[in-house]
Amino acid sequence: MTTMHGLTCREIVELVTDYLDGDLDADTTAALEAHLAVCPGCARYLDQIRETIATLGEISSDTLSAEVQSGLLQAFDAFRRPTSTEPAGIDRRPGRPPAAQTQD
Amino acid sequence: MNEPTPGTSTLSGADRVVLAGLRAGDEATFAALVHQWSPAMLRLARQFVSTGQSAQDAVQDAWLGMLNGLDRFDGRASLRTWTFSILVNRAKSRGVRDGRTVVDPPAEDDGYDLPTVDPERFQGPDGRYPDGWTPAGVPQPWHQPEKRAVAGDTLSLVEQTLDRLPARQRLVVTLRDVQGFDADEVCTLLEISAADQRRLLHRGRAALRTALEEYYRA
Repeated sequence: MTTMHGLTCREIVELVTDYLDGDLDADTTAALEAHLAVCPGCARYLDQIRETIATLGEISSDTLSAEVQSGLLQAFDAFRRPTSTEPAGIDRRPGRPPAAQTQD
Repeated sequence: MNEPTPGTSTLSGADRVVLAGLRAGDEATFAALVHQWSPAMLRLARQFVSTGQSAQDAVQDAWLGMLNGLDRFDGRASLRTWTFSILVNRAKSRGVRDGRTVVDPPAEDDGYDLPTVDPERFQGPDGRYPDGWTPAGVPQPWHQPEKRAVAGDTLSLVEQTLDRLPARQRLVVTLRDVQGFDADEVCTLLEISAADQRRLLHRGRAALRTALEEYYRA
């Protein structure tokens, strides 16, 4: 469970990120995979890192408010008006009330 | 400054199509882009500013800035990297105005090359298998039939732990693992080296795995 093919468990856990990104050289990759094949503890550690990443991927995000989205579309339409030869700059935000900041 | 060309050889085919649509004034193209990228932009902006409203404002600013800069976009970065760079700038400015300390200085990562797993979990030089897992330290299976985890619990736990990570680790893990950006893009957006990106990701992921491990052990 230790110095198998040159890599120890202590070293393996510090290589997992590089391994998952494909940044290890061929020899180290081979040594790591050989170690994982015979070391259930390290194999489990890597699986747990993968599972952690997968869980992170399930975190959802908020969406832009409908008001902001429609304001942006209005700005886009004004900006890319086909009749204008040069695009107009945006210096105000349509539909946005001045100053008021609401709390989170 | 060179005259920007609509599609340089480094731009992906998809980006070229989108860019052409935007420049032609196709609202559907813009709406789709806003819909697709805004959630990630909000999550990223929220890391720099103080409130959800401020994050909405930063994202709105970024989109307007992107529209204003569209004719100058030279295609050296992808459309997404370019747009998100604008967002990071706007969000950082807002964060400063909000009075929020934006990103912790590198000193936060003083655990530079410190182990990401408790050294006590490995055997010493006198152990039966030096530098191998100790019996007490070896990772245990998480999914035991008799201890079924509630999926919502682990998701909340990961979200909460993520929120409490040091700022730079949180940023990198969010961009890489929550949003799926690649390493190069993250380095460009956050203006950090590849080595820093890798170290921050490595430490952040290890901390999150440990949090899940403690949950499963309880």
